[in-house]
Amino acid sequence: MKNNFVNDVTDSDYKYGFVTDVETEVIPKGLNEDIVRLISEKKGEPDWLLEYRLKAFKHWTTLEMPEWAHLSIPPINYQDIYYYAAPKTKESPKSLDEVDPELIKTFNKLGIPLEEQKSLAGVAVDAVMDSVSVKTTYKENLAELGIIFCSFNEAVKNYPDLVRQYLGSVVPYTDNFFAALNAAVFSDGSFVYIPKGVRCPMELSTYFRINAANTGQFERTLIVADDDSYVSYLEGCTAPMRDENQLHAAIVELVVLDRAEIKYSTVQNWYPGDKEGKGGIYNFVTKRAICKGDHSKVSWTQVETGSAITWKYPSCILLGDNSVGEFYSVAVTNNYQQADTGTKMIHLGKNTKSHIVSKGISAGYSQNSYRGLVRVAKKADGARNFSQCDSLLLGDKCGAHTFPYMDINNDSAVVEHEATTSKISEDQIFYCNQRGISTEDAIGLIVNGYAKEVINKLPMEFAVEAQKLLQISLEGSVG
Amino acid sequence: MSTTESQYIDIYEKYSDTIFKNGVAVMNDCRQIAFDYFKDNGFPHSRAELYRHSKIKELFDFDYGLNLNRVKFPTSNNLFHCDVPINSYLCFLVDEAFYLPEKSKLEWDDLAKKGVLIGSIREMAQKYPDLVASYYHKAYGEKMDALVAFNTMFSQDGFFFYVPDGVVIDNPIQLICVSNANLPSISNPRNLVVVGDNAKASVLMCAHSLSNVESLSNTVTEVFVGENAHFDYYKLESTNAKSVSLSSFVLKQKGNSNVLINDMTLQNGFSRNNISVDLEGEGAELTLCGMVIGDSEQHTDNHTVVNHNVPNCVSKELFKYVLNDASKGAFSGRVFVAKDAQKTAAYQTNKNICVGKDAKMFTEPQLEIYADDVKCSHGASTGQMDETALFYLRSRGIPEAEAKMLLMFAFVNDVIENIRIDSLQDKIKLMVEKRFRGESSLCKGCNACK
Repeated sequence: MKNNFVNDVTDSDYKYGFVTDVETEVIPKGLNEDIVRLISEKKGEPDWLLEYRLKAFKHWTTLEMPEWAHLSIPPINYQDIYYYAAPKTKESPKSLDEVDPELIKTFNKLGIPLEEQKSLAGVAVDAVMDSVSVKTTYKENLAELGIIFCSFNEAVKNYPDLVRQYLGSVVPYTDNFFAALNAAVFSDGSFVYIPKGVRCPMELSTYFRINAANTGQFERTLIVADDDSYVSYLEGCTAPMRDENQLHAAIVELVVLDRAEIKYSTVQNWYPGDKEGKGGIYNFVTKRAICKGDHSKVSWTQVETGSAITWKYPSCILLGDNSVGEFYSVAVTNNYQQADTGTKMIHLGKNTKSHIVSKGISAGYSQNSYRGLVRVAKKADGARNFSQCDSLLLGDKCGAHTFPYMDINNDSAVVEHEATTSKISEDQIFYCNQRGISTEDAIGLIVNGYAKEVINKLPMEFAVEAQKLLQISLEGSVG
Repeated sequence: MSTTESQYIDIYEKYSDTIFKNGVAVMNDCRQIAFDYFKDNGFPHSRAELYRHSKIKELFDFDYGLNLNRVKFPTSNNLFHCDVPINSYLCFLVDEAFYLPEKSKLEWDDLAKKGVLIGSIREMAQKYPDLVASYYHKAYGEKMDALVAFNTMFSQDGFFFYVPDGVVIDNPIQLICVSNANLPSISNPRNLVVVGDNAKASVLMCAHSLSNVESLSNTVTEVFVGENAHFDYYKLESTNAKSVSLSSFVLKQKGNSNVLINDMTLQNGFSRNNISVDLEGEGAELTLCGMVIGDSEQHTDNHTVVNHNVPNCVSKELFKYVLNDASKGAFSGRVFVAKDAQKTAAYQTNKNICVGKDAKMFTEPQLEIYADDVKCSHGASTGQMDETALFYLRSRGIPEAEAKMLLMFAFVNDVIENIRIDSLQDKIKLMVEKRFRGESSLCKGCNACK
């Protein structure tokens, strides 16, 4: 019975595995300077952005793909990827009626609140399909408050000064291999600006979907929260089922000024590959926030259930005095999935605080690693950090690993780290069984309880989705 | 390959005749493999993950001499002297050469009657070539690293200790390692310890530096512990600011064996200790602990790897650092649980106090687990002395300096308490207290060693 639990772990299907039949416009495969120029031209970008891309591309050609992660990544042929794929739609749709009905069907399948939830939940959605942002809802209402929420491309056209000021200020193109790649070929993404003193009345949300075959998705998100403002931002990701691996290398930059707060939540459910580990998305993302102002706060929450390989470290640079960084993560790996994820907390300002809670769940043949860094700079007096990373093993063929780094350069810092690794105890299962709960339900119950601390941090709707995702990911994983 | 490595490659190629002539067959046999490795890999480069906080290459940039001709530096009586007078069998390792004091020869004869072999690895390798060859350099293979390769290339002597099956030695063997050279030099002591099945032994290794010139010691210690055997290994470093100590320690543990390693650094210049343990038989138990007391610009970097290769083994790891002034501490510990090593229990703790404004601490506790039925945990913390505890002591009339000392002492006491030899425990407590008071912990000399 026990073995069934392990073997069956993956019986559930990936429910987002459909392809939308929308005409797509692609440019030739491969990557060279001309492709970068072509992408920029397609987007009708100003010269400064083209130059930025070219500089990034030039830098990228000098880099080699890093190999330090606890991941086995098959070689990626960067010349065999379409770097731009856009659904062919009419120019800038003004209302939902103008959006391709096939697309609306796709988003309905995804359960994206493009239409219905407009009135129900008041979620403003920016949906990015392949490389282009399709439709941003609720824009007018937000505009009244002075909030800018639009596709990256639009922002470049309409608010060039803002974009120019902050683009690459948190993640410069020289940061790493994938950051350079993204900076060279990024096609779209979301841009959010919350003006001084404004509390965004609704949750902003973006859905990412890779649709066309052989395409990489390289979106860029830039969120700026000006003094005393607040925003909660959600991000969801899906992709169709395909045999070959697809690359997703995004950049997320958050800038938080005095007393502002950004809450960034991700439910990542890219296609994880099939039970034999074939196909799936490579999710190599650079996410970083800078708490520039005093008393600013950033909170990352992520539920990672998808992707063949997840490799990302949402980080916080705590520059302002009394700033706070938080990181809550649940990473589930199953079958042959691999994850190397965690966070970096860089304490630079005085009396900065950070809190890390990471829960890893591995099943099947998967490998799940937590890698984190807490650095306290010499001048960061009174820094405080607490990290907790727990791993839960379901099955004897998977692995769970923890690689925390703590670099303390100040004598007044208090930094604590705790980690445990265990499996679900037989006592717990027995207790549930005794009360008439089947073993499968019991595991679901225990896993959900285990992840509760993180899921509670998600906005309500996402929490429900995340809970379901957890259950699906581990469905049948009982014995 | 940079000039740092090429100078040593040149020395080896140019003087290999001398090295081989002065060396013994068993040790000579391994030199070429080590040289090939070193030639291909060199020292870890400055960005190597495992040596993030200890730049090895830069250490070798200094102009040290290599004593290839085995020139003996004049020794004085003052040299043969121990700082930890306990009831033990005393022997010395001066730079790279092994010495047995005349007066303790009688005691050694008692041990020899039981079949215990102890002495210079050179001599032993000549007398018992098969025995030494069956262990020498056997703990390394895939695990070869630049420091071990360097040692294997150049080493001429070291400490050899063999305890046959079933032999119990109650008193510890005390090996005092002194650097005595009057010119800046590198020594490459090579130690080998074999503890047979059902045997029991303990070794206390004290490292001192008497000379006031720069010295670098690159020690390699291989330890093999048999089934049901008991082995304690204590290392006490009390050297000076000019000494660089690089130590590679590897331990292979068979079933149901019980080993304690306690690595204490009281005073040093630059130290990097690599400790690697392989639990190879079911039921093996390991206690691995250590403490570091650092001030001025001391640099101490402990790197431990515990490999749970088989089921049902237990490992407990505890490292504590107290860092004052501008001292720098680093700890990286990896616990590896192999695929079928079920029922493993592995606990790792690293706690540090930064007392000095410019003190730095880097810690990397790591777990790598491939089995599911395990209990593994690690914890690490870096902070300051408990303000309320300090207040409590001061409100009872204890002066601040004294109260701080008490708290620091209590902090490292957890590590000292692990020592399984009472007299050694008492002595270490005394030394640690003196160390915190800033007094010299060096022994004034007593009857034990005069």
